[in-house]
Amino acid sequence: MHDQFEEVESSLDSVSLRSRAWSSLKADKIAFASVVIVLLLIFIAIFAPWFAPKKPLYQYPDGLSEIGAPQGPGKHFLLGADQNGRDVLSRLIFGARVSLTVGVVATALASFIGVTIGAISGYLGGWVESILMRLTDIVLSFPILLFCIALIAVTGPSTKNVVLVIAFAYWTYLARIIRSQVLSLKEREFVIAARSLGLTTPQIIRRHIIPHLIPTIIVYSTLGVATSILIEASLSFLGIGVPLPQPSWGEMISEGQKYFQSAPWLLVAPGVTMIIAVLAFNLMGDWLTDLFDTSSMGVKR
Amino acid sequence: MSAQSNSLLSVADLTVHFKGKGGLFASQPVKAVDGVTFEIFEGETLGIAGESGSGKSTLARALIGINKPNSGSISVRGNTISNFSNSALRPIRKKLQMVFQDPYDSLDPRFTIAESIAEGLQIRNLPKSEIKDEVRALLETVKLPASLATRFPKELSGGQRQRVAIARALATKPDLIICDEAVAALDVSVRAQILNLLQDIQVQTGISYIFISHDLSTLRYISKNVAIMYAGKIVEYGNSDEVLTNPQHPYTRALVSAVPNISGQKGEKFKSVGEPPDLANLPSGCAFNPRCKESLATCSSEAPKLVTTLSGSQAACHLIKPYEDSGFHKGGENHA
Repeated sequence: MHDQFEEVESSLDSVSLRSRAWSSLKADKIAFASVVIVLLLIFIAIFAPWFAPKKPLYQYPDGLSEIGAPQGPGKHFLLGADQNGRDVLSRLIFGARVSLTVGVVATALASFIGVTIGAISGYLGGWVESILMRLTDIVLSFPILLFCIALIAVTGPSTKNVVLVIAFAYWTYLARIIRSQVLSLKEREFVIAARSLGLTTPQIIRRHIIPHLIPTIIVYSTLGVATSILIEASLSFLGIGVPLPQPSWGEMISEGQKYFQSAPWLLVAPGVTMIIAVLAFNLMGDWLTDLFDTSSMGVKR
Repeated sequence: MSAQSNSLLSVADLTVHFKGKGGLFASQPVKAVDGVTFEIFEGETLGIAGESGSGKSTLARALIGINKPNSGSISVRGNTISNFSNSALRPIRKKLQMVFQDPYDSLDPRFTIAESIAEGLQIRNLPKSEIKDEVRALLETVKLPASLATRFPKELSGGQRQRVAIARALATKPDLIICDEAVAALDVSVRAQILNLLQDIQVQTGISYIFISHDLSTLRYISKNVAIMYAGKIVEYGNSDEVLTNPQHPYTRALVSAVPNISGQKGEKFKSVGEPPDLANLPSGCAFNPRCKESLATCSSEAPKLVTTLSGSQAACHLIKPYEDSGFHKGGENHA
């Protein structure tokens, strides 16, 4: 009888997510690699001055050959030098700062707006829903990149504006998805049961709605980081992203493609870095979805 | 038929209409529940039967405050409300609980069994130590081993989940539990176990049930009185043995004769033809008249009222000669 009592007790404490996360990471090598890459990227971005072997903005005289061509990858410049004699690796490392900041902050902002608007309009319905969803439709009807270009043209290019513009364009996707999920969740019998038990609306949203949205939020936020990195790169490529001379991956690709034939590393280095970063975020999203997935909830230890 | 002196729940002229689609071509409101009146006494079970779309589930959801009634009144132990705002409904909601049809959906898959049951207890603001004791006691009441407390719903069978749903409903100490097709999703042997469990709990606690089902044999087994609903109205009401063996209303007769007979005898068949009516566009007069073989001229012009029949039950049909027109089916109790 005493054992049974303890089982009741331990079940009331939440199941340790940490232990499940760890065991699934040990089993899944791809997930493990993606998490390591994402953590490494974040770490490198934060401590960029310690990791960068050279100054990202300094034009090294020995970065160019006698005829003025950039030096290829070698002992001195690990990933080569660019057309101005700057170190590509150092620029990539400082560029990670810009890309990740823009990606993560813009997505966090977009997710917050999207989940709030989606959950409110889905759960409350009525005229609140009509107004919020028509607003979403209006924002959604603009082509994202064109919309960003127009907004930047008005607000002027700066890192802060790039973040705000991407967040303002991206929240609509999440709002729609969250709303449709809430619409079906609120008709589920366990939500109706919770209502009949007498739980208040905020309690129901917190206990029975939001936890079921977590996989969706995580998948679309992770995809959102990847998408935001790409949008930022596109904006920088078009010359209206993060202002010069701050290094960003998009700007490096934009400059590099001009010298692609004579100095391919100028395009390959930022391109491959960006592919790895975007892929890592997407794969980490997949792993997190599996981790939060209801169907694996019952299998413990 | 002992303690039935105290009226527990009485519902008067309850109406639940759903608005039709808005806009230029706004349709008529859907009359899901239309003027329903009944009364339940302490420790009693009322069965509600009717085909899909007859308003059974909407009635149940209106009683627990999920669907807002448009008019009428609900009173629990003499505490009457006719203004169905959230604050007015709250004290009544606590007294009424529901067990749902689908045990695979009525428990949150992210909650352990103990957490699901504890949710009803937390509403009562019990301290954590008492909650644990109560969860254990409730698992015992529904005859589940305490070792299931740490499991998730997906690890349990349908019957076990339905027991958990009953435990969760009992946690708020309700006076009445509405079982909306609560055994329809279970196989026959489990169904009998759950019905017996519900009856045991009723004997122990004196709780009342509203039992909604399309299965007439289940209703006859578990309920004292039965109400037959058609198109949002009660068309026949009375002692379940009486109503189900000696049906008066043509619709009840059609329902009863549709039940397969184990002896294979083909009795008199009262087949009804056609489809259930469109609730937004009901036929005039008696809603059943287009499907009724015995309909009279008055049936399509005048809606029949519930009258007490010779057998003591009540039916709303022009064909039935009232035994004594009491006009209100409380009279049924006196003549039974």
